[in-house]
Amino acid sequence: MPYIPHTHGQQQEMLSTIGVASIDDLFTDIAPELRPKSFDLPEGRSEMQVRSHLEKLAAKNNTNLTTFLGAGFYDHYIPSAIKAILSRSEFYTAYTPYQPEASQGTLQAIFEYQTAMCRLMDMDYANASLYDGGTAIYEAIMMAVRATKRKKIIVSECLSPIYRCMLDCYTTNLHLDLVTVPHKQGLTDIQALMDQIDEHTAAVVVQNPNFFGCINDFTSLFAKARENGALSIISVYALMQSVLKTPGQMGADIAVAEGQSLGLPLSFGGPYLGIMTCKGKLIRQMPGRIVGKTVDKDGREGYVLTLQAREQHIRRQKATSNICSNQSLCALQSLVYVSLLGPEGLKRTAHACIELAHYAAQKLTSINGITILNDQPFANEFTIRLPVSAYAIIDKLVPQGYVPGFPLGRYYQGMENCLLIACTEKRTKQDIGILVELMRGALE
Amino acid sequence: MKTIFAKSVPGRKGVWPEEPEGQITDFIPENLLRENLPALPEQSELDVVRHFTLLSRRNFGVDSNFYPLGSCTMKYNPKFMEDIANLSGFTDLHPLVPQLRGAGHYTQGALEVLYETEKLLCEITGMDAFTLQPLAGAHGELTGVMLMAAYHNYKGNKKTKIIVPDSAHGTNPASAAIAGYEVVSIESRDGIIDPQALKDALDDEVAGLMMTCPNTLGLFERHLREIVELVHSVDGLLYYDGANLNAILGKMRVGDVGFDVVHLNLHKTFGTPHGGGGPGSGPVGVNKKLEPFLPISRVVKLEDGQFFLDYDYPFSIGYIAPFYGNFGVILKAYAYILRLGREGLIRVSENAVLAANYLRKKLEDYLHIPYNRTCAHAMHEFVASAVKQAQKGVRALDIAKALLDKGHHAPTIYFPLIVKECLMIEPTETESKETLDQFVDDLIEILKIAEENPEAIQEAPVNTPVKRLDEVKAAREMILKEQDM
Ligand SMILES: Cc1ncc(COP(=O)(O)O)c(C=O)c1O
Repeated sequence: MPYIPHTHGQQQEMLSTIGVASIDDLFTDIAPELRPKSFDLPEGRSEMQVRSHLEKLAAKNNTNLTTFLGAGFYDHYIPSAIKAILSRSEFYTAYTPYQPEASQGTLQAIFEYQTAMCRLMDMDYANASLYDGGTAIYEAIMMAVRATKRKKIIVSECLSPIYRCMLDCYTTNLHLDLVTVPHKQGLTDIQALMDQIDEHTAAVVVQNPNFFGCINDFTSLFAKARENGALSIISVYALMQSVLKTPGQMGADIAVAEGQSLGLPLSFGGPYLGIMTCKGKLIRQMPGRIVGKTVDKDGREGYVLTLQAREQHIRRQKATSNICSNQSLCALQSLVYVSLLGPEGLKRTAHACIELAHYAAQKLTSINGITILNDQPFANEFTIRLPVSAYAIIDKLVPQGYVPGFPLGRYYQGMENCLLIACTEKRTKQDIGILVELMRGALE
Repeated sequence: MKTIFAKSVPGRKGVWPEEPEGQITDFIPENLLRENLPALPEQSELDVVRHFTLLSRRNFGVDSNFYPLGSCTMKYNPKFMEDIANLSGFTDLHPLVPQLRGAGHYTQGALEVLYETEKLLCEITGMDAFTLQPLAGAHGELTGVMLMAAYHNYKGNKKTKIIVPDSAHGTNPASAAIAGYEVVSIESRDGIIDPQALKDALDDEVAGLMMTCPNTLGLFERHLREIVELVHSVDGLLYYDGANLNAILGKMRVGDVGFDVVHLNLHKTFGTPHGGGGPGSGPVGVNKKLEPFLPISRVVKLEDGQFFLDYDYPFSIGYIAPFYGNFGVILKAYAYILRLGREGLIRVSENAVLAANYLRKKLEDYLHIPYNRTCAHAMHEFVASAVKQAQKGVRALDIAKALLDKGHHAPTIYFPLIVKECLMIEPTETESKETLDQFVDDLIEILKIAEENPEAIQEAPVNTPVKRLDEVKAAREMILKEQDM
């Protein structure tokens, strides 16, 4: 059998050491009436056969589409050195670093990751990762509820609708008061958010750039939250954070992000990376693993999992979160990515995306009937309004190999004609030129 | 070893794309931009590769070390699975493509993987339906408990409590609490659930029981039948924590014996690597009672053989994940199941149980084995206790560290909480007899030294990149990142 090393002789030896005659004798504790009614699975196959089956399935997916799809998940270039490092089995076949002396590689990498995320976000502390950007927002909200002992959460409708669906799901039975503040033509309605803040407010939650692509400075909103004893939570686009005003500068208490843009492939939705950072005062509310620096018996520097009294294996039902395994290898991946590019490389990448998006916006809005949704500055993603349904355009362009963007009508009523368009450095001006021509053709 | 931040050389060129023309301020006003570039490492590609290669050498992993970490199922991770998850036909796929009405046929291969994996997991566990969305075991627990809550809400049951045995993993009570339940802990007897303690705790407000079987002591829950009946008698639901499924593949299906909801850890039983702490994958299976509440989307197969994502489930709990789960991990587990097939999976459990019992037998004269009369045999893992050694000052922790010096990863220690000086040993089916024998010899030698010269063991480890680390200092000083320059 694959991957089982024992010869028949060795099995017999082991059985006789144990003092039983057969393997079946080891399972006598499972009573006959508990045995399976069926176990009707296919016969095993060779590695070659399985690989060929999966290669066929992979080929059934069309990944040759030129896509302008983003909506929180972006097709950035991934340098080869990342895969080389991630393939080190010392990293990927290890477990959570429970034995620090045998896990300094993983632990130091997480410590460096925490440092990198703090610096990217301008925040005090980061944890070792959460599952994804959505669960990071949920965990941030729960931190705020515990820290403030309040129940009202104000959420901008410009927060990703995917994440808002997740929040609805997670908070179903928690008796929280989730208030959604509508967007205004794709703009985050800062005044309306401020008006909602009161003495019951645990947190206000915004996104930058918002789901429609618009960039804001939330300094005044966060100041208002602070005055009222509420926490400010911001969800950001990790890569763009290399150029945009930071959560720390704006005065956020908790900054989270989906980290996929930092060197992780799209991979049909995962594995991704939940980045979680916070202000110093909130450290004991932080969910998940945290690595700290210390010394060994001889005074040599080393790293350990720390502040574990927050966690489920110590506190059980009183823990800050139930999270155990996180996305450690993905965190390493993002660390390698930011290390390879460095501050200048990240900035250039962001810049390239921003430039292309503005080029695309300008070309697309030169088409009769297409307008940009609002005048707010944007980075590499923007929303246009079409004279027809966005789906009508998608239906025409996809068969021609172009995914023009994300149809906002999928989540926003009244936005059936709106298309959310993202550009990454992997797109070219030629791609955009063709997109514009196809769009023009489709509208004729 | 210096951190990559300490090695940074200002101005050193990394992997830089071409400098775009113009300025970012041509597009975005200055007040919306950050003041300074983030102080991230400035290193060449080689610098970075070397740094992380050196770091990797400061780690134990399954490929280099025996890793009998109980409850974690650290089996060999077949390499072809990595190649499969790296196929560009999967990695380049944007998760929103199938949601663009009509564009679903561009992702048929990926949807088929999801559909087929769900089907296989149903047959393996005897459940009626699966969701692959939960992103780890604990996330599966939370999903499962939310499904239980949805069922009770739908039926108008007023349920406020979930029962968890004291041997349970910490994530069980944490997940139940986070889903909004009061957690009632019941005391085990002889290392397994005591039906009388369960009866005493049971009333109409009990939403269900979370159970691990075999439990975290590696013992089969011998009163399973009675427990299932008791919980169902108050319209409670039975939750199965599948962390230990590696013991029972083909020997028992949790659906057949009355469990209503189960999570699996693909990163344990189904051979996907653990990544130094994730990513994992924690699919949840349910029976017909709970199926209407499963998270959306769900993958369905149409009559023409096409797959599509269906969001139309009015009773669904909603979105537990942004998309379809940790797809890259699911792919690997799918490949693993196909590779092993029916026979292969049965042999997995048989040999995992064989190895655990072999080790237990070999060690029983040297370490205390608690509750060794409760069941005829251990399952895929067993718990030993260093209580005798502790009297001489050598604790489970010291033994764990001494094992590191011998090149073995340590067992899980101090869990489950109900056994003092606990060492939880799970060898898995993929380790050879030679490795198991070496481990036994090394452990016995350590225990002998512990008798004669306890200080030597208390000094361990000495062969690792660092010696024993000061955890108290770490918690007190809270240096959680490199100081800013
Ligand atoms: C018994 C048991 N339940 C649940 C879990 C949680 O799984 P995960 O770490 O994937 O969240 C574990 C993992 O250690 C476990 O051993």
